Amino acid sequence: MSARAFIGPYRALLSVRFSLMLQYRTAAVAGFVTQCWWGIIKIMVLAAFFAGNSRQPISLSQAVTYVWLGQAFLALLPWQADADIAVAAETGNVGYERLRPVDTYSLWFVRALAWRTANACLRAVPMFAVAAIFLPLAGLAAWSWRPPASPLSGLTFAISMTLTVLLSSAMTVILDCAVVALKTRRASNLAPLFVNILSGMVVPLALMPHWAQGFLFWQPCAGLVDIPYRIYFGNLVGRTAGEGLAAQGLWTFVFIFLGRTWLRRVMDRIDMQGS
Amino acid sequence: MSGLRLYWRYVANCLRAQMLYPTAFLLRFVTQFLVTIVEFGGLFALFARFGHIGSWHFADIALFYGVISTSFALAEMTSRGFDLFGPQFVKTGDFDRVLLRPRSEMLQLAGFEFGFTSIGRVLQGLVVLALAIALLPISWNIGQVTLLVWSIVGGCALFWAILIAQATLAFWTVEALEVTNTLTYGGVEAGQYPLDIYAAWFRKFLLFVVPIGCVSYLPVAALLGRANVTGLPVVADELAPSAAFIFLAISILAWQRGVARYTSTGS
Amino acid sequence: MPQILVDGLTKRFRVAVRDPGLLGAARGLFRRQARDVTALDHMSFGLERGELVGLIGPNGAGKSTLIKILSGILRPTAGKCEVDGLVPWLERIRHVARIGVVFGQRTQLWWDLPIVESFELLREIYRVPDELFTRNLDELVERLKIAPLLDVPLRQLSLGQRMRCEIASALLHSPSVLFLDEPTIGLDAVSKLAVREFVKSLNRERGATVILTTHDMHDIEALAQRVIIIGNGRLLKDAHFEALRMDVLSERRLIVELGEDVPHVELGGAKLSMQEGRQWEFTFDPTRVPAHELIASIAGRYTVEDIRIEDAKIEEVIARFYALHGAVET
Repeated sequence: MSARAFIGPYRALLSVRFSLMLQYRTAAVAGFVTQCWWGIIKIMVLAAFFAGNSRQPISLSQAVTYVWLGQAFLALLPWQADADIAVAAETGNVGYERLRPVDTYSLWFVRALAWRTANACLRAVPMFAVAAIFLPLAGLAAWSWRPPASPLSGLTFAISMTLTVLLSSAMTVILDCAVVALKTRRASNLAPLFVNILSGMVVPLALMPHWAQGFLFWQPCAGLVDIPYRIYFGNLVGRTAGEGLAAQGLWTFVFIFLGRTWLRRVMDRIDMQGS
Repeated sequence: MSGLRLYWRYVANCLRAQMLYPTAFLLRFVTQFLVTIVEFGGLFALFARFGHIGSWHFADIALFYGVISTSFALAEMTSRGFDLFGPQFVKTGDFDRVLLRPRSEMLQLAGFEFGFTSIGRVLQGLVVLALAIALLPISWNIGQVTLLVWSIVGGCALFWAILIAQATLAFWTVEALEVTNTLTYGGVEAGQYPLDIYAAWFRKFLLFVVPIGCVSYLPVAALLGRANVTGLPVVADELAPSAAFIFLAISILAWQRGVARYTSTGS
Repeated sequence: MPQILVDGLTKRFRVAVRDPGLLGAARGLFRRQARDVTALDHMSFGLERGELVGLIGPNGAGKSTLIKILSGILRPTAGKCEVDGLVPWLERIRHVARIGVVFGQRTQLWWDLPIVESFELLREIYRVPDELFTRNLDELVERLKIAPLLDVPLRQLSLGQRMRCEIASALLHSPSVLFLDEPTIGLDAVSKLAVREFVKSLNRERGATVILTTHDMHDIEALAQRVIIIGNGRLLKDAHFEALRMDVLSERRLIVELGEDVPHVELGGAKLSMQEGRQWEFTFDPTRVPAHELIASIAGRYTVEDIRIEDAKIEEVIARFYALHGAVET
């Protein structure tokens, strides 16, 4: 497939997503305010914790940046399957996906990619404006989103985030498969449970117990939040950063492979039985 | 009282409908319980690392957490009609049908879809409370227990007030409703901790604007014998939950204005 | 004293206006434009107890606005309205306890509950005394033939079955006024007949006042003697249907099947409207030329196999009326 043909549908999906977003302006603003509130609470709690005991694997300012990054890129967390696919699975119309002259896995993957990227951009930009620019200007620099540790860290972060997006999309397609296989959107109900705690959204993984660190680094969800953000503020550099990227890449491949296999099986069953 | 009888019938019908799909019900219940317990587990992990927050220890936080969590869970369970008011009643025009029935709209909405699956969250709140009670060196007498229950009741009233306000908002726009999540879920999040760890402006907001602090921080601090930290006399701390009822009254007045507007502009 | 009294009823709305496209959406972020719409314009009429009235008008004419005000869920901008001495929007609870409303496209029954459970819930809501409820339920179940449906959840019923249950549900509390909003929409022929029969007997035997809103003119034909026509928010006509027909489109049709092939048929006082083989169709004005004269004229000159006289179709009458009064769909 040529690059243009690949990007075409992606761009179309992105722009549809954007104009839908604009319609729901008040909902968007409301959601944004909620996230800011959340961020502020988490930061104050962390500050209170750190005040008593400041020698930790990551510093308070790093933890603060971590929180803001998490809120900015919240949309990248694979909490649920694609809404359109969930509806199609419940109404039994998934067979229509086969009518499109595109490889189904690629289609679903790009769909997840478009959806998550669009949502993430829409949230990240205002979050950046508030947390990275407005807060320091308002004299609250201690609570703000700090810049990357170094230009190299910033670059590595960009690469890492690209992998995060791919990983998240791959995991989303797995959820799509689950939803289609079980014919209900509830198949993805347990996803947020695992994703939130294992990615580091509830507590930055570095602050989890010492004995769990090895496992936590190499499990798949770390690449969604913890690894890129630690690269960003230089907690992972050089070799450890490389290991982080490797972990992300590895899990992305694993989930793409699992996704393709599962999808083929699910679709074969649909082709044979009809939905 | 026929209102109560009607409410009871609503609840029974809802239970029957839920029991038609027992596995789905069980799944939702278990998921919700696990999600909320895991969140609390995260808090425990932080305490394992940091030891204490300000002048408070894990058992103290467990009590704050348990009170606000239980209050919210109970309110959530009984207010689905208000929570879903926008999409379920205003957007669809089904509120017309509510108005066509010779009963108060609030009663009808209160009876809409009793949230049995929220029992997962209620259970979590109670588990955390039990943990707190087990860990804390408090000698529980009638006064203490009353204060605890009074805090939870006040918390319930407060969250009810917020959800009714959210429903009232739906009369003006069906799109902005997410904003009250800031106050419900955000309120639970904020109220889990003693307010003295927050910046002064935030603390004031949580005491005077949306009085989350009045149903968790103040009475529970008194319960823990730490009323001195709040800067208020003990009696004030103990009476604080009544602020929630004032808030509830204001919410209900706003609701009535919303209904008046709806009947003026149509759906 | 009429049961329902409407006097100078007026309703104005402010409607938001938004430019189309992405630019319009972005602009809408900052400024909301609105315009005024008059849905009802000084409407006045009265209904006696036990009348069955058809309320018709093109889409957007104000019918549903009028129904909403009469049922008490919408407040008018100006004017008076009383039902059984109560002002609907001021005494909502007392008022709605005495009326029943059936919306053709929306149900008031609970989706997952068996029908009889919905009925029980309604009994509780309307506080219907046990004896009255049992009596009503038995009668409605028998009349509407819904006995086999009572234990079935609503979502498993067909449209016709749902409508019958819906109508029953609106009558459990013995309302003195029944509002029917498009009750036969989407129903098959058998169900339509059943609904019409039931409403007719309800009005005749129980003396319930019925206000029927519909686009299906056969409903009107079968049920209503009196029609109120609304257009652009104004009351255009309030009359018995036959009088309306006489006024607007008294034209009748003569359709004759001849026994022979004839190149040309001359019929004074009538206009040829269609001819197909041996079938000839004429239109005439009965106020100028009585039908029997035309029949005699044709039968006298040609061999007639079959002959019949038809009134103008009811839809044509109404459409003509709308056109005469500039009542357009909005």
